[in-house]
Amino acid sequence: MQWEAVIGLEVHVQLATESKIFSGASTRFGAEPNSQACVIDLGMPGVLPVLNEKAVEMAVMFGLAVNSEIPQRSTFERKNYFYPDLPKGYQTSQMEEPIVGPGYLDIPVGESESKRIRIHHAHLEEDAGKSLHEDFHGMTGVDLNRAGTPLLEIVSEPDMNSAKEAVAYLRGIHSIVTYLGISDGNMAEGSLRCDANVSVRPKGQEKLGTRCEIKNVNSFRFVEKAINHEIERQIELIEDGGRVVQETRLYDPDEDETRSMRTKEEANDYRYFPCPDLLPVELDEAYIQHLKEGLPELPEQKRERFTSQLGLSEYDAQVLSASRPLADYFDRVAELSGDAKLAANWVTGEFSAQLNRENLDIAQAPLAPEQLAGLLKRLLDETINGKAAKQVFAALWAGEGHTADDIIEAKGLKQVTDTGAIEAIIDEVLANNQPQVDQYKAAEPDKRGKMIGFFVGQVMKASKGTANPQAVNQLLKDKLDQA
Amino acid sequence: MINLSLTQMAQGLASGEFSSSELTQAFLDRIQKYNTHLNAFITVTPEAALEQAKAADQLLASQQAGALTGIPLAHKDIFCTQGIKTSCASKMLDNFIAPYSATVVEKLAAAGMVHLGKTNLDEFAMGSSNESSFYGAVKNPWDAQAVPGGSSGGSAAAVAARLTPAATGTDTGGSIRQPAAFCGITGIKPTYGRVSRWGMIAFASSLDQGGPMARSAEDCALLLKEMAGFDTRDSTSMQRSVPDYPAQLNEPLQGLKLGLPKEYFGDDLNPEIAARLQDAIKELEKLGAQVKEVSLPLTRLAIPAYYVIAPAEASSNLSRFDGVRYGHRCDDPRDLEDLYKRSRSEGFGAEVKRRILVGTYALSEGFYDAYYRKAQQLRRLITEDFQKTFNEVDLLVAPTTPSPAFDLGSKTNDPVQMYLEDIYTLGVNLAGLPAMSVPAGQVSGRPLGMQLIGSHFDEGRLLNVAHQFQQATDHHLQTPELDA
Repeated sequence: MQWEAVIGLEVHVQLATESKIFSGASTRFGAEPNSQACVIDLGMPGVLPVLNEKAVEMAVMFGLAVNSEIPQRSTFERKNYFYPDLPKGYQTSQMEEPIVGPGYLDIPVGESESKRIRIHHAHLEEDAGKSLHEDFHGMTGVDLNRAGTPLLEIVSEPDMNSAKEAVAYLRGIHSIVTYLGISDGNMAEGSLRCDANVSVRPKGQEKLGTRCEIKNVNSFRFVEKAINHEIERQIELIEDGGRVVQETRLYDPDEDETRSMRTKEEANDYRYFPCPDLLPVELDEAYIQHLKEGLPELPEQKRERFTSQLGLSEYDAQVLSASRPLADYFDRVAELSGDAKLAANWVTGEFSAQLNRENLDIAQAPLAPEQLAGLLKRLLDETINGKAAKQVFAALWAGEGHTADDIIEAKGLKQVTDTGAIEAIIDEVLANNQPQVDQYKAAEPDKRGKMIGFFVGQVMKASKGTANPQAVNQLLKDKLDQA
Repeated sequence: MINLSLTQMAQGLASGEFSSSELTQAFLDRIQKYNTHLNAFITVTPEAALEQAKAADQLLASQQAGALTGIPLAHKDIFCTQGIKTSCASKMLDNFIAPYSATVVEKLAAAGMVHLGKTNLDEFAMGSSNESSFYGAVKNPWDAQAVPGGSSGGSAAAVAARLTPAATGTDTGGSIRQPAAFCGITGIKPTYGRVSRWGMIAFASSLDQGGPMARSAEDCALLLKEMAGFDTRDSTSMQRSVPDYPAQLNEPLQGLKLGLPKEYFGDDLNPEIAARLQDAIKELEKLGAQVKEVSLPLTRLAIPAYYVIAPAEASSNLSRFDGVRYGHRCDDPRDLEDLYKRSRSEGFGAEVKRRILVGTYALSEGFYDAYYRKAQQLRRLITEDFQKTFNEVDLLVAPTTPSPAFDLGSKTNDPVQMYLEDIYTLGVNLAGLPAMSVPAGQVSGRPLGMQLIGSHFDEGRLLNVAHQFQQATDHHLQTPELDA
C-alpha cells in the first residue's frame, strides 16, 4: 500500500526581549541558576504579572510577516498543572483569543516549486524553568532563570507530507524570526524548539490517521530523523495489523527512535480558564499599521529581489536569503563591488566554505564586507587575476593586511598586462621547451588547443601567477602559430 | 486616647498632647492585655512599632507630619509585610517571611502610620466566621460566644476592642463588610481596581479588593485616600485619580436618592435587623434623602455564581503552595507526587481543601461550560442588574448580613449554611462595586450593620452618606466591655 504522512508542527520561539514576559527580570541565557528569577518568576504569594509590551510587539511582527490576521483583542488563559519548574502551578498562556490569527508560509519544495503551509495561529506564553536531575543525590534541582521567558508558540495546520517539508517549514520560521530580530533562533540553547504531530494514512484517503506528538526535537537534523522514524514506525505498526495509539512520544537522538511518554488517557486536564490578573490586550489599527510599516525586508522578498533585480540564480537567491546575516553580508558586498553575480559567487563559495571549515558564525567572520568588496573590485578592474584573488582572500582572512590593495602590493600580485613583459617571458619559456614547441607545430590544428595549456602553465609559473591569463593565451597563440 | 478618632489622634499628636510613642504603647498594652482572649492578632511587632513611632515623633516635631503620621494600625495577615511572617492564617505559610511588602502596606507606611502587627483571618480568607484559621478562632469582643465574622475577623475584632485604631482588610465576598457588621465597626470595600492587589495574597483575583476597617466613615475616608490609586505592578488597578474623600464627607444629603432592593429585605432577614434598618433609613430620610424600593431579581443567584467563580480562581491561585520553594513541606517525601500530596494535605485546612476541590471540579474538562462559563454569564447579568438600579437611584441601602453574629461552632459543620450568610454581600463583589458596612444598632447585644452600595468609583458618596449618618447617630461610638 502507498502511505501518505501528515505532519503539523508546533514551534516554540523564545522572543528576544530584554526582560521576561510578566516581570522585569533579565532573560539572559547562561547566568548562575536562579540569579535571574524575581519574586514574580518564583511565584511568591501575592505577586502579580504585568505584560511586557515588547513581547506583544514581537508577536504581532511575526503575525504580519506570515500574512496573519491580527485580532484587535486577545486574552490570556491559565494552563494548570503541577511541576517543580512551574512555580505558580500554572502556565500563563493563550487559548481562546490568541495574539496572532490564521496565516501562512510558503516553503520551497524541489527545484523551484513552492508549497503553502497554513498557520493556524500563534500565541504568547511564558516558558517554564528547568529541572536538573543530575548531581543532586536523588533530588531534583530547579533553575527558574528561564521561567517567564516569553515564548511565541506557532501552530501550523497539518499541511506537510514529509520530513523534508517539515524541515523546510521550520527553516522558514527560523529565518523569519531571525530576520525580524524577534529571536536569536539558537536551537542549541533552546531558543527555538519544536513538537511534531505525525500521522499516516493510505494515499488518497481523506480521513486523517491517529496522530502521535513527538516532543522537543531541537535541531533541523533531528526533526527530519525523528519524523522519518515516526512515519516508518506507524506504517510498520499498521502493516503488521496493529493500531496507532494517540500519545506523546519523546525522540532519542542517540538511539534514533521515539519512545512513548504518555498516552491520551494519561494526559493532563489543564483546566484552562481566563487569567484574572491580566486584562485583555487591545490593539488598534494604527498600532498594527505602524508595526507593518516598520517590518524589514523578509526572506521571500529578498529572494525575489535577488533573482529579478540582481539576476542571481534561484539557487543562489535561496541560499543567500536563508539567513539575514548572510543576506545582509551579501547585499553589502554586492553594493560595494558593483557586481552582484560575482559577489554571490564569492559569498556562497570561498567565503561560506571558509566559515564552514572554521565552524564560524557570520558575525565572527574576520573579513568585513568592505574588505571582500575591495578584493572583488580589483578582480573586476583586472588588477589581479582569479588565482591571485584566492591568495588575497586567504591573506585578508588571516589578517595579513587590512585591504586587498595592501596585500596585492605587499605580495606583488598585481597582474601583468604589459604585452612587452609577457612577451619576454613567453620567449624565454618557448626557448626552454623546444621539444614541446616542435610537437605543437607538428600537431593537427584541432589538437593544438589542448596543447597550448602546457605553455600557459609554464608562463604563469614563470610570472609567479601575475600575468594576465587571457593576454598570455592570446600572445602564445600568435607566436606559436606564426613561427 | 484609645477612643479618639484618627482626626482627633492627629490633633493630639500635632499639639503635643501625646506622642506617637505613647499612643503606640497604649495600644500595644491593650494587645498585651486582651489578645490572649480575643486572638485577634497572629503576630505583634512591638519593637518595630515603637521604632516607627519614634521616627513619626521626629517628623511631628519637625512639622513634616501628614494626616496619619504616628497613628498605629494593623494589617490583615494576608498583606505581605517585608521581614515579618505573612501566614494567611495557614499552616502552609506558618514559616513564610515575605521578602517584599504589599503596595497597601508601603503606602500606609509612607503616610507615616505605625504598624502594630498582623491580624487573624479565615485561612486564605476563605470563611465567614474566622474559625478556619490555623491559629484558632477569633472571639467577638461583644460576646465571647459569638464569631467576629470573616474573613477579616481579626481586624474587625481588634478595631472593635480598641487594640488598634484602624486595620486593613480584604473583601472577596463580604470579608470586610460582614465582620465589620458583626463587630460594630465601619468598613469599606472599594471598587474593584481602586486599591492595588500587589502583595495581597490572592484568594479569587477577580473579586479580591483591599480596604480600610475603622471606627467611623471619617476614619475610613482618611485611610482609603492613602490606600487607593493606580499601581504599575497591578494590571487590574485603575488608572484614575484618587478623590479627596475626607473633603467630601460633609456634602449635604438633600435630594439624595436611595434604593432599597426588595430582595435584601425578604424572609431571609432577621426581623429585628429589619426593624433597626427601618430606624436607620428614617434617619437618612431626616437628613434629606429620598427612599424608594428597587429590585435586584438575581440576588439569590449570586451565591451559586460566586461559589463557582471564587473556588475556581482559588484552585489555581493556591497551586503555587506546593512545598517546592517556600511554605510547608512534608517530612521525607518519597517522590514528587508524595511531596505534593502530603505537603498540601498537611498544609491546608478543611475549608481551603473543600474550595480547591470545588474549583478544580468546576474547571475540569466537560464541566467548564456547565459551571464556570454559566457562572460568568450570571455574573454579567448580576452586574447589569445593579447598573440598571443605578439609573434610578444614587445608592442602595441594605442589611450587611441576614442575621447578627452567630455562635462559635454553630455552622462549622454545615458549609452551605455558612455560605448562605453571604447572600447580601456577594453580588457587590461579582459586580466589582464599592460598598460599606456601617453600625446600625444591636440585636441582643450583638451589633448589626447597614450596607451602603454605590456605583463604580462612588466611594466618596458612600463615605459621605455614612459620615452624615454617623454625625446623627451614635451606633459607631458604642464600645464593648472586654474580659481580660
